[in-house]
Amino acid sequence: MYLPRGSVYAGAVVSNWCHKMRPSFARTSLKKNQIQTAGFWVIRFIALVTVLPILGMVGYIIAKGTPSFSWEFLTQVPSDGMRSGGILPAIIGTIYLTIGTAIFSVPLGVAAGVYISEYAKDNILTRLIRIAIISLAGVPSVVYGLFGLGLFVLFFQFGTSILAASLTLSIMTLPVIISTTEESLRSVPARFRIVGRSLGATQWQTIWRIILPQALPGIVTGIILGLERAAGETAPIMFTGAAFFLPHLPSSVFSATMALPYHIFVISTQIPGMPVEIQYGTVLVLLIYVLGMNVIATFIRNNARRKRQW
Amino acid sequence: MNQKALIIQNLRVQYQDGLESLRGINLEVEPNAITVFFGPAGGGKSTLLRTINRLVDLEDPKQLEGSILFHGKNILDSKVDVIDLRRKIGVVFSRPIPLPLTIYQNVSFGLEVAGEKNQQKIDQQVEKALRQSTLWEEVYDRLQDPASRLSGGQQQRLCLARVLALEPEIIMLDEPTSALDPVSTAKIEGFLQRAKEEYTIILVPHNVSQAARMADFAAFFLQGELIEYGVGKDFFIKPKDKRTQDYVEGRFG
Repeated sequence: MYLPRGSVYAGAVVSNWCHKMRPSFARTSLKKNQIQTAGFWVIRFIALVTVLPILGMVGYIIAKGTPSFSWEFLTQVPSDGMRSGGILPAIIGTIYLTIGTAIFSVPLGVAAGVYISEYAKDNILTRLIRIAIISLAGVPSVVYGLFGLGLFVLFFQFGTSILAASLTLSIMTLPVIISTTEESLRSVPARFRIVGRSLGATQWQTIWRIILPQALPGIVTGIILGLERAAGETAPIMFTGAAFFLPHLPSSVFSATMALPYHIFVISTQIPGMPVEIQYGTVLVLLIYVLGMNVIATFIRNNARRKRQW
Repeated sequence: MNQKALIIQNLRVQYQDGLESLRGINLEVEPNAITVFFGPAGGGKSTLLRTINRLVDLEDPKQLEGSILFHGKNILDSKVDVIDLRRKIGVVFSRPIPLPLTIYQNVSFGLEVAGEKNQQKIDQQVEKALRQSTLWEEVYDRLQDPASRLSGGQQQRLCLARVLALEPEIIMLDEPTSALDPVSTAKIEGFLQRAKEEYTIILVPHNVSQAARMADFAAFFLQGELIEYGVGKDFFIKPKDKRTQDYVEGRFG
C-alpha cells in the first residue's frame, strides 16, 4: 500500500505496525484502547476475507493444473481431438492478439489521453468525449464481439482473423488506456508546465520533454493492465478471430488463431471426455500470462514511485 | 540617449472570473537597473510580471488592454512571437521549481527547446550560467544528479541559471527569496547587484526591507493600481503618497 509521505493514513491500521502508529501523547483510557484494538482486528479480518477468494482460487488452479504442466504441454500442438498434446497454438495466438491489440490501442489511446488532458478546452465537446469514453468502458464484452463481427469481419471483410480480433480488442482496451493516460498526465504538477513555457518551450515541447516522461510509468502501467484484460477475454474474439481447433500456427494477420481464453471455453464445454488436468493446465497457463503482466505493471509503478522527484 | 527597457501604457488585465487584476498601469522600466515592484498581496505585481512575458496567456485572461512596448513593439500584440519574447524576458518564481531533470538538463532545457544543436556551445552556456548564479562550484562534479537533490537555496540559483543560460535582456524575479534562508538570500541579492550592469532586473521583493535594500527604482502597487513610482533612495525615505508611507512604515499590509 502506498502512503503519501508525511501523512497519517487511516488505512495503515490494517498493517502490522498499528501499535506504533497509535499516538503516544493521547492518554486514552484502557477501555478506549481495548475498543480500538478490537476495531483494528475487525478491519484486519475483513481485509483478510477479501483476499481469501483470490488466494483460494489461484492455489486451487495451481494444485490442479501443475500435473499436466510440462515442456511438451507448452510447446506441442494439440492431438487426439485436443484430448492430449500441448497448447502451443493457443499460447502463441494469445501473444499475437496481445501484440496486435497493443499496436492499435496504444498509439490511439495515448494520443487521445494527451489530447484530453493537455489540449482539450473544458467545453461541451470535451465533456461528450469523456462521457463516450466512460460509456465505452461499461459496454459488455460480448457486445464488442458482435460489433467487431459486424464491422471488421463482415463489413471490412477481414474475415475471422487475428486482425479483426485485435481491432475488436483494441476498441475494448482504448478506454482503459485513455483514462489512465489522462490521469497520469494530470498527476504531474502544473508548475512544471508553467516553468517549461516560461523558458520558451512550446506546449508540445513541454509535454514531450517534461510532462510525458514523468507520466510514462503510469501510462505504461495502464497499458499493461488494459492489455492484460484483453488477453483474458473470450467474448470479443469468439466471433472475430478465435478458432475452435487449428493444429498449426497462424501464417498471417488474416488467419484465424487459437487463443487461450477461447480454448478454455472449448475444452471445458464442447469436448466430451476431456481430461480435467488439461483444462486446469490451460487455465494455469492463462493465469500465469495475465498475472505475469500484472506483476510487471506493479513493478514499474513501484519503481517509478521510488524515483519520483515531486 | 537613455532608452527605456519597457514602456507600459494604460495596462488593464482582467481574469475570467471578472476580477480586475491591473487597472490602468503606466510605468517605464529603466534599463540596467533594479526596479522593485512592491506592495501588499493581491496588488497585481505577479500579474504584471506574467503579463510582461505573456505567461498570462496560459490563464486565458478575459481582457488584456493597453500596451507594453519592448524595443518599440507592443508585446501584447497577437502577432508577437511569444516563444522568443519569453527567451528575452526570463522569470524566476517564488518557490524554487526545478524541472524533474538533471541539474545539467535544467539549465540546458531552454537552449535545447530553442533548437540549439551545438553540444559544445550548450556546455559552455550551462557552465557560464551556473558560474553567474554562483552555483558552479557546488555542482560542477555532479551535473548529472537530479536537480531535486539540491537544497532549496541551490535550487533557486539553478532556476536563475536556467534563465541566464538563454542570455535574456530582462530578468524578472517574483519573491525569489521568500522560501530561502538568509545566506541563500544574500547570494541571490549579491548576484542581482552585480547583474544589473548586464541585465534589466525587475524584482518583486518579499518584504519592504529587501525592497529598500535593492531598489534603484521602486513602484508601489495597491489593489491593481500603481500608487507611486520613483527613484529607490527617495522612495523609502520620503514617499509622496500617504498609502505608500503607511505601507513602508509597516502600518498595513
